[in-house]
This record gives sequence, structure tokens and C-alpha cells, in this order.
Amino acid sequence: MAMTEPLGAPTVVVDDLHIKYKTFTSGKKASQKRALLTRQRGIRVVHALKGVSFVAREGESIGVIGHNGSGKSTLMRAISGLIAPAQGQVFASSRPALLGVNAALIPTLSGEKNVILGGLALGLTPQEIQKKYPEIVDFADLDEFIDLPMKSYSSGMSSRLRFSIAVSRDHQILLVDEALAVGDKGFRQKSEARIRAMREQAGTVFLVSHSMKSILDTCNRVIWIDHGNLKMDGDPEEVVKAYQASK
Amino acid sequence: MTPTDYEAIARDAGLERVGARPPLGQYLAEMWRRRAFATSLAKFRIQAQMSENRLGLAWVVLNPLLMAALYGTIFGIILPRETRPDGVNFVPFVIVGVFIFQFFSKSFADGAKSITGNASLVRSLNFPRMLLPLALIIQQLIELIPMLLVMGIIVLGFGEPLTWWWLLVIPTMLLMAMFNLGIALLAARLTVHIRDLTQVIPLITRLFFYASGIFYSLEEVLSDQPEWMLWVAQVNPVHDYITIVRDLILGGINAPGWMWFVASGAAVVTLAVGIVFFWRAEERYGHD
Repeated sequence: MAMTEPLGAPTVVVDDLHIKYKTFTSGKKASQKRALLTRQRGIRVVHALKGVSFVAREGESIGVIGHNGSGKSTLMRAISGLIAPAQGQVFASSRPALLGVNAALIPTLSGEKNVILGGLALGLTPQEIQKKYPEIVDFADLDEFIDLPMKSYSSGMSSRLRFSIAVSRDHQILLVDEALAVGDKGFRQKSEARIRAMREQAGTVFLVSHSMKSILDTCNRVIWIDHGNLKMDGDPEEVVKAYQASK
Repeated sequence: MTPTDYEAIARDAGLERVGARPPLGQYLAEMWRRRAFATSLAKFRIQAQMSENRLGLAWVVLNPLLMAALYGTIFGIILPRETRPDGVNFVPFVIVGVFIFQFFSKSFADGAKSITGNASLVRSLNFPRMLLPLALIIQQLIELIPMLLVMGIIVLGFGEPLTWWWLLVIPTMLLMAMFNLGIALLAARLTVHIRDLTQVIPLITRLFFYASGIFYSLEEVLSDQPEWMLWVAQVNPVHDYITIVRDLILGGINAPGWMWFVASGAAVVTLAVGIVFFWRAEERYGHD
């Protein structure tokens, strides 16, 4: 790779990363004989990433593309340290954060309480949440619904609230996994603008998306993951072109 | 193409390995910084639980009450009178046993599920995982307050006098909370390694239930048995917490002084072992 531009300082180094999932569910074809005592549920290992390496630098917006099941989301989770590598390692200048907060929220509670809980789960202090609260609620366009339980929200409303909570904290290294398309057209534009702002503020951004348009619009480097291998890494136009030709 | 030494690049740029388990001191400091997450999680989970049932929080008290009524009736009839402690009000004796035991059994059962039951949370956000079992024990402690109040009212209703000794129930319960947290931490990590453990936990709980002398006096029941059996039964910390509370609020029960040593010692040792044991596997949670 010939690089003519001056390189930023490395922020994320992925070194020969292997990720394996172990599952207990039987992945075999059903056999005719049903023997209870023979060990039918052998452990099946799914090799999700097979030795991926690259260096990400300050100021880079890296698009990650690949077919369904190619290992894109696994790569994101591994970079953020949420799954341990079977082999290899990931280094970073600060803890990379995956954009998202869904899992921390409790649907039977009001939106207000979920803002607090979600903020705490993201690592904000109670004081910071108090300060950001009006901004979060305002951004989600919920107004009077904020006192109602979240399970009573429409899917658009709750995804708006989840998005607003998730973006309430700034990160040095940001991982976005297809979070761009939430809500109606108006909110989508607003959320895209917010992500752009976060990107400018963050040092390095990874964006997983199936939309080649948003990848080309926002990234200055693209990584193509194919069946757990890094197939191509480089200029967005080139990589996207090769990816689309492969389909 | 020569292979690139990525590790050297990372080292030169001063990068740290992602997901590396921090040293214990740093880990506990981070937990302290994030303590509001644990307390809010506990508080909000109780509120969510309350909004789901028609009777809400009342179930926290009703459940052990019904259990005490059931066991009290059945064992009050089946078991011969001489299994009961001498000169003690049988109903408050059973109520105290069942209520305090509930604190242990719920911490144990729910603690075992505190990581595996929150898999999506563990897989999507970064925080010291120990906050999850901690949140659970905080939740149990909050729920214990109405339970203790109802227990006190029942005991008073059966004619036991209110004394200053009752205040010592609070430190006893705090010691027991430490013990329960230690147990929850041990169970939480073991369940991550061996899922099947959740199937065995009700059995172990049952064993403790019978071994802790909830509706009979261990001293009376084991009086004809070899001495070591009583000794083993009495060293069980769960039995000691229950006996101490009975000693404090009921007449006729005497907890020997050494039980306080067992109660405090078991709390400190179990918690310390639990913390180290849980922390050592920090990188593994959420992996499978």
C-alpha cells in the first residue's frame, strides 16, 4: 500500500485476530436413530474471524463491509473488548465504544428512568446525566411521553429514545453498527447529523453498514471482511467497486 | 511481503490491550466510580417488578409468609413436639427462620444467573461485571426491609417484647449480605463455566434449608446423634445468622458467642474469596 499522505498516530491495532464461538446446539443432520445416551450435542465451533490484522489511525473513518454473516459485527465486538479473542489481540489508545444501549433498558419503566439507567450503563455520572437529560429528551422528540413506560412506545419512539441515550456520551474511538437508519425521515437526517458530529469529535470511527452510499459518503477507508478474512483494505471507491462486483 | 509486527506498532504508539483485566485495586476503584449503576439497577428492577404484578411489592413479603404458613402447618403437625426448642414460641421461630433463609436462597439462586441472565447487557456494554451480582444483593437488601418489618410485627403479635437487642439485627443482616454477595459471586462465575449448575442450585438450597434448622431445633433433633453432626450443622453460617436473629428477638433461644465469630468470619472470608474468584475470570464473561 503506497501511502502518500502523512499518517496519523495509530489508535487501534488489530493483530492476527481469531474469534471462535462455541455452541452446544446440534448442528448435525437429524439421524434416524434416536439414542439418548450417545453424545448428540457435540460442541460445534464457529470460526467467525480467521486472522484479521490492520492498523487504524487518528482521523480515519473506516467503513466495514461484507455479506451477512461475514464477521463484521463480531469484529466490532472484538475491537470493543466485549468478546475475548481465541488468538491474537486488539490494542487501542482508549477503550473503543460500541454505539448502542438497548440491553441496559427496562421496558416496563418510564422513558425518564431509562434515560438515567442507560446513561449510567454508558458510564456517565449521575451529575452528567442530570445535565444532559433535557438534551436527550429533546433530541428524542418524546415530550409528554417521557413519563410513560417504554413498552407503550411505538417502535419509532423507542428507537429514537435509545439512539438519543446512546449518543449522549462522546467517545475517542467509536464503533457504529448500522445504527444510521432509525425512525422516520426527519429523525434519520437528525441522527445522521449527530453521528457526523460525533465522528468529527472522535479520533477514529468504524462504521458497519450495508448501505454503500452511506459508506462512500462518510468513510475515507474501507475494510472488506469476507468469511472471517480481511479480503480488501483501502480506498473506499476501489473496495466498494470490488465488493459490488463480487456479488 | 514480510509479516508486519503489529504488536511492535501498538507498543511504539503506547496502546493498551483492549479488554485486559485491570489489577484488583484498579478494578474495585472502577466499581466504586460506577456504583450508581448498581444501585439504580437494583432500585429500577424492584420498581419494574412492582409494576408487573397486581400486588406489586407485597409479594416480597407474601411469598415467605405463605411459605412459613405452609411449612409451619405441615411440620407443626408431622414433627413431634420434642423437635421444637424448649420454651420458644413456635410460630415466630418458624417465621424468623423462613424469612432470613429467603434472603440467602434468593441471593444464591439469582446470583448464579446474574451474568448468564444478562448476556446481552454483558455483550454490548463495558463495565466491571461485578456490578451485576452487586446490584442483585443491593436489590435483595432493599427487599429485606419490608420483610424484616413484617417479621417484627408478627413476632410482637405473638407476645415477644421489643428490646434494644433488636437493633443488632441490622449489623447481623449486613454481615449476612456480605456472605450472600460472596456466594453470589462464586455462583455467578461457576454458572458461566457450567450452565448445568442452575439445575443443581435448587437442590443445594433445599439441603441448606433442612440443614439450617428452619422449623426444628438442630440441637434437639441431633441430640441423640454423634456430636460431630451437631458441630457440622452449627458451623453452617446460614444457620448461625438465623440463630443469632432468633436470639436477638425471641425469648428462649441462646446463640453462643462463637456464632458471632463464625458469622463475621464467614462474611469476610466468603466475600474476599468471591471477589478474587469472580475478578479472575473478568475477561471471560460474555465470551460464550
